[in-house]
Amino acid sequence: MDDLEVVREFIIESGENLSRLDNELVELEKRPDDPRLLASVFRTFHTIKGTCGFLGFPRLEALTHEAESVLSRLRSGEQKVSPDLISLILEVIDATRAHLAVIEATGADGADHHSRLIVRLKEAGAAQSGGASPPESPPQGGAAADPAAESASALSDSAIRVDVTLLDKLMNLVGELVLARNQVLQHQMRNEDASLSATSQRLNLITTELQEGVMKTRMQPIGVVWNKLPRLVRDISCSLGKQIRLDLLGAATELDKTIIEAIKDPLTHLVRNCCDHGIECPAAREIRGKPPTGRILLRAWHEGGLVMIEIRDDGAGLDPEALKQKAIATGHLRPDQAERLSAHEVSQLVFLPGLSTARAVTSVSGRGVGMDVVRCNIERIGGSVELNSRTGEGLCVRLKIPLTLAIIPGLVVSLADRCGPPRDGACPGMAFVIPQVNLVELVRLEGDTGQANMHRIRNSRVYRLRGQLLPVVDLREALGLPGADTPASVVNIVVVQAENRQFGLVVDGIQDTQEIVVKPLGKQLKGLDVYAGATIMGDGRVALILDVVGLGQRAAVLGDTGPHTGPESRTSPMLDRQRLLVFGAGRFARLAVPVSLVSRLEEFAPSDIESAGGRDVVQYRGGILPLVRLATLLDPGLPAIGAPEQSLEVIVIHDGDRGTGVVVDRILDIVEDEVSVRESAACAGILGSAVVGGRLVDLLDLRFVLEHGRFGARSTGGGETVLVVEPSGFARGLLRSGLEMAGYRVVEAASAPAALAALEKHPGAILAASLDLDPEGRESLMAAGRPLLALAADAGQQAGWSAAREGLEECQCKFDWEAMARSLKKLSAAVAGGREVPVSAGPGRS
Amino acid sequence: MSRPLAIEPVAARSSVRAGAQYATFFVDGLFFGVDVLEVQEILREQTMTPVPLAPAEVEGLINLRGQIVTALDMRRRLGLAPRNTATAAMNVVIHTGGGAVSLLVDEIGDVIETGAAALEPPPENLSPLTRDLIAGIFQLEERLLLLLDVDKTVQVTAAPAPGPAGV
Repeated sequence: MDDLEVVREFIIESGENLSRLDNELVELEKRPDDPRLLASVFRTFHTIKGTCGFLGFPRLEALTHEAESVLSRLRSGEQKVSPDLISLILEVIDATRAHLAVIEATGADGADHHSRLIVRLKEAGAAQSGGASPPESPPQGGAAADPAAESASALSDSAIRVDVTLLDKLMNLVGELVLARNQVLQHQMRNEDASLSATSQRLNLITTELQEGVMKTRMQPIGVVWNKLPRLVRDISCSLGKQIRLDLLGAATELDKTIIEAIKDPLTHLVRNCCDHGIECPAAREIRGKPPTGRILLRAWHEGGLVMIEIRDDGAGLDPEALKQKAIATGHLRPDQAERLSAHEVSQLVFLPGLSTARAVTSVSGRGVGMDVVRCNIERIGGSVELNSRTGEGLCVRLKIPLTLAIIPGLVVSLADRCGPPRDGACPGMAFVIPQVNLVELVRLEGDTGQANMHRIRNSRVYRLRGQLLPVVDLREALGLPGADTPASVVNIVVVQAENRQFGLVVDGIQDTQEIVVKPLGKQLKGLDVYAGATIMGDGRVALILDVVGLGQRAAVLGDTGPHTGPESRTSPMLDRQRLLVFGAGRFARLAVPVSLVSRLEEFAPSDIESAGGRDVVQYRGGILPLVRLATLLDPGLPAIGAPEQSLEVIVIHDGDRGTGVVVDRILDIVEDEVSVRESAACAGILGSAVVGGRLVDLLDLRFVLEHGRFGARSTGGGETVLVVEPSGFARGLLRSGLEMAGYRVVEAASAPAALAALEKHPGAILAASLDLDPEGRESLMAAGRPLLALAADAGQQAGWSAAREGLEECQCKFDWEAMARSLKKLSAAVAGGREVPVSAGPGRS
Repeated sequence: MSRPLAIEPVAARSSVRAGAQYATFFVDGLFFGVDVLEVQEILREQTMTPVPLAPAEVEGLINLRGQIVTALDMRRRLGLAPRNTATAAMNVVIHTGGGAVSLLVDEIGDVIETGAAALEPPPENLSPLTRDLIAGIFQLEERLLLLLDVDKTVQVTAAPAPGPAGV
């Protein structure tokens, strides 16, 4: 038994030593003259060799002895460190690992004599030392004599090895203790006993500390995973003929062991990707004006209870065209869809299964299993993956990972009990837990005023939350429980978020946030995707933890939830999706505007409507809101309706600081779908038609509508020409509307060459170019020397942008009219000196 | 009508253990037994947390000293008449591969040894649902003991149901 124990110790210790060796050797290659590094490498081999001799593993002993001899010559300066030599020693490490695995499995020395490696080691020694000097036997007991070794062993004395299963058990027990503590605390609150109170306070503190302590025992620095990376990067860069430098920052950042295990493969995969796809060959890099050595930077840090891990390279970044082509080729995307994708959406394509843009399948990557698996693995542990690519400049992948899985904060909500068969009298309602990560805010509606904002559109409910329409799900209905008999006077809405979309959950009561211990459900309940698990509450009762994604899908507020919805619909990225507000007016049964352009939905009583300057207006938020009746505007033949008897449904569109109310007959729905525009305007005021959710809608031309709602022109712009360069026709139309409203003359171009041609006709134009243009196109536009407003698809893209020419470039999100107007003003001011005086397009604001 | 083949090996396995003792219980007048080694404990009625949308057989979840255990109502599992709500159900907590599961039964009987009685296949005229869950029958002197096939009994799966009507 003792022998076995010793062998086991030897294997564990050698395993650790070998992974350290990997790194030390890679380091040694960079700093061949560092004697301490060399000494450490030497010592490790020496220890393994010595122990092998002691335990009777002669074959492994022979191999490590030969490696030690080579290292000994390096140490004495007889031989120089060379990449070949390092590779050879790394091979020895691999062979040693394999040999140790055999020993672990069989308990006896492996059969491999490693004769070929030994010969190569001997040759390497002979080749460089120039003579046939036999390898001197290394000094015995060298390890003990080394002062550095002593300090290392002192460190290891203060640590002991603990079986992970024991830690898991402790963790469970602490979880139980936390629950018992909660029960005691609840009990104590009902009692006035002073000594109980004091004791339970102490129990509370101790438990909290114990919980933290035990959690810490499971914490490991992320360096445990990172240790393997230098070797990986070296091997890949050697085999691909690239030069790559790997920098690791924040290796001491700690994570729960289970999470470390879970991120190991995704991280390795991402770094491989960087080496293989990202970093270019030295020659290619020099052509692009980059240093020949590529750089990969891994950073880890704690932020807001999460661990952030960033993998950044300065390689080629994602190739949007190649991604699109590949996605089309694999059938994930139609060519017409591909055209309209924003850069952000294009980068999301890498998460499609089976997509690899590597031109050749190499031993490293390119087989098309990749990013989708990475994302899947990260999301499984409650994390998320963000991509930020700049074509030609590099890629940054950011992982957000929770610290631990076992204990999570959650909000306890309840449904009052209105269940059918009473069970022995006591039926105190049901408690559910919503994980804190899904929580956005809590809304409490009291009385009629609040509930007036709750609307029913066909079978679904929506709530107007600060002008945004929020789909609302009644938890009771979603769980198939008998509904409330009478509508409650107070409605609690928990706004939750899943998959970047929000919905409201109506519950009867909101209790408290609590740290809860997540426990799995039995396999009889595994198929229920509305629950993420269960936990035990302070009173000892079991409460179910809601899975917000599953719940949203079940209630059909997330994604396409037809009856055929399977789990795969959760992982597919949302491509080219638009949220459209659908409404009816006059003979147009289904009109739509992008929700992003709608600032509020309002309802006005007929008595609120007044007349000013011959137009219908309402007093609204301390100002005057002109109303446009859409039905008569779009269909002038329609007889003007007299005073309406019902209240008016009004869509408020804001343009700068001033709004227009568009009166419609009925608000129908909010749909989120792929928008495929057919650009044929059948009549004035309609941009075109599109198929949304399988039905045709007419897209309203807001520019046309707003012109009719306007009291004289109000313009931030002074009539300068803005050349809008935007590949997507739909977005171009909207940009044109918005900019013209702001008082600019607009010229459109779909591509960079078209824009350059247009510039010849309008030499003084300010460029407003989408960041979705290909990089060459952007370069050519910048070369035109005109001020440029870069239009980002979203805040992420905006954050990734940087000005190449000071003062002549700005970047704003598309359709953020106010910010765009500010930037355009700045840009026109910047060039005002060099061009004609701007001509005012109309009278100032009335 | 062919009998399900899977019953054969399970029945064989259950009958192999010589001198086995059986924990017995009653469900709607039927007398069932399970191998005592499969039983973790017997509990009185516990506070039950219902699980909306769960299969009908799942009565709810109970807290067994910090362990969350799914409780299956045996009457519903066997397709029998519902229990009189006035009588408290007893929990027979059994070990399974997927953690502990509690079976809610009407009444607990003795732990008995079947002695020389041989395990016989369930008769054809039992209701299919009941017969499916019975590994075999022991003919005891005073009554018949139905040997419950525990593995099959706990095989209740919740299929992800389609969304509510009107979507």
